[in-house]
Amino acid sequence: MGAGHAHRLYRHAHSPVHALPPHTKLAAVFAFVVVVVSTPREAVWAFAVYAVLLALVARYARVPAGFLLKRLLIEVPFVAFAVLMPFVARGERVDVLGLSLSVNGLWGAWNVLAKGTLGVAASVLLAATTELRELLLGLQRLRLPPLLVQIASFMIRYGDVITDEMRRMRIARESRGFEARGVRHWGVLAKSAGALFIRSYERGERVHLAMVSRGYAGSMPVIDEVTASRAQWSYALALPLTALVVCLLGWAL
Amino acid sequence: MGPVTAETPSLDVSGLAFAYPDGHQALFGVDFRIGRGERVALLGPNGAGKTTLVLHLNGILTAGAGSVTVAGLPVGRRHMAEIRRKVGIVFQDPDDQLFMPTVREDVAFGPAAAGIKGAELEARVRGALEQVGMADFADRPPHHLSFGQRRRVAVATVLAMEPEILVLDEPSSNLDPASRRELADILRSLDVTVLMVTHDLPYALELCPRSLILSDGVIAADGPTGELLSDDVLMRAHRLELPFGFDPRSVTTSA
Ligand SMILES: Nc1ncnc2c1ncn2[C@@H]1O[C@H](COP(=O)(O)OP(=O)(O)OP(=O)(O)O)[C@@H](O)[C@H]1O
Ligand SMILES: [Mg+2]
Repeated sequence: MGAGHAHRLYRHAHSPVHALPPHTKLAAVFAFVVVVVSTPREAVWAFAVYAVLLALVARYARVPAGFLLKRLLIEVPFVAFAVLMPFVARGERVDVLGLSLSVNGLWGAWNVLAKGTLGVAASVLLAATTELRELLLGLQRLRLPPLLVQIASFMIRYGDVITDEMRRMRIARESRGFEARGVRHWGVLAKSAGALFIRSYERGERVHLAMVSRGYAGSMPVIDEVTASRAQWSYALALPLTALVVCLLGWAL
Repeated sequence: MGPVTAETPSLDVSGLAFAYPDGHQALFGVDFRIGRGERVALLGPNGAGKTTLVLHLNGILTAGAGSVTVAGLPVGRRHMAEIRRKVGIVFQDPDDQLFMPTVREDVAFGPAAAGIKGAELEARVRGALEQVGMADFADRPPHHLSFGQRRRVAVATVLAMEPEILVLDEPSSNLDPASRRELADILRSLDVTVLMVTHDLPYALELCPRSLILSDGVIAADGPTGELLSDDVLMRAHRLELPFGFDPRSVTTSA
């Protein structure tokens, strides 16, 4: 499998979780998130069990807790939102340390916080154990619209080329004594952006020519057949299935 | 269409004329043939129509008049897939040619589009990368390679399709002298018909026993490279200049 394009969320290791085919992991995370979201918010213990399940997966994947927690910081904006809820929501209120808080808002905040954290943690685990390239293959395998997968592939491939072009244009600007300071210079920047767009567009045309020359006729040929054995599927789906049992218990109790 | 024999030329272009949609006529009746296994240079000043001609060879542009035949197969809508497999074009900028996330996938793209799978696909990819000496780079992303390495991989992407004829648009441009020589060694070692568009006249002399001069949309000369480059009148008439101090008469070529 392609070794390039290690992204910042990825953590290189050889673990049973890393070795799973990408589409089984994608399906497992998706199912896990659906189960978590459909769990009643009052079943507090269920969320604790989910957290333990994820911790187990992280251990299998040899992802250290510190790494996981640091990546969870993506979630901070949601936390801010959740913290506001008890203050602004209406309905029955309780007094905590002299502050009047809405009961409904408290539950709402808990709901967002618990489900959000679990969802983000599951995604971070997926990203930590799967390379970008593999994720794309997995999406392709899960029959996501091929056009979307192609667009994502090209973004990976040409992201650097375009950033490089941008850098060269900036160097050319600055070599001629230009420095962007304040609103007056935005016009120049806008023109550069326009030129960048045209250059990228023309490159797109040339790349398309090259693709057609090698027999491209509208769909990407399948180069790496990603297949999963029954054992690999059941291994990957153990997480959402266990979660489902917990969720059902949460509704029943 | 006659049976394909050893006599059938790899490429047969006759009476080819073409005007761009904006009315600018770039080719005015081009005629030439290239036999199987030949290495031929296509020389000519900027704007002569060389790239336009190349784009006709695999049917990206279609002739206004005249015809192109590849190994006995006419270039046209009917055989397009097969033509694209037989004619391997290496474009000038390898960043345009290498569009997949890894070298291996890029080299596999052409054969996979032709329906080759599994072990055979792997073998094709490995073979092509070995031919250009890039087998160790299979899993690297193309944009992390040096320019010369990218050019070599671009050649491999085309070799993996096992083409009848390899067409290179300015293969030596932007290469440092060592990469330029390495590419020459690779091209010499290949057992395919080669048509090489180039402004690098010493390179043409080194690699191609025969040259065509395209000028103002017609073939102005066709003959042994050494003779054409030594003909000062001809060279001046078509804006072709040898590098300072280079004398084609004093070069002995092994090709
Ligand atoms: N898309 C286009 N539309 C209109 N005219 C074009 C187009 N592309 C090329 N031409 C014109 O056709 C002529 C031949 O161009 P071509 O690119 O084939 O030249 P070339 O021999 O490859 O030149 P160079 O050595 O600079 O690469 C030129 O006069 C050019 O201006
Ligand atoms: Mg050209």
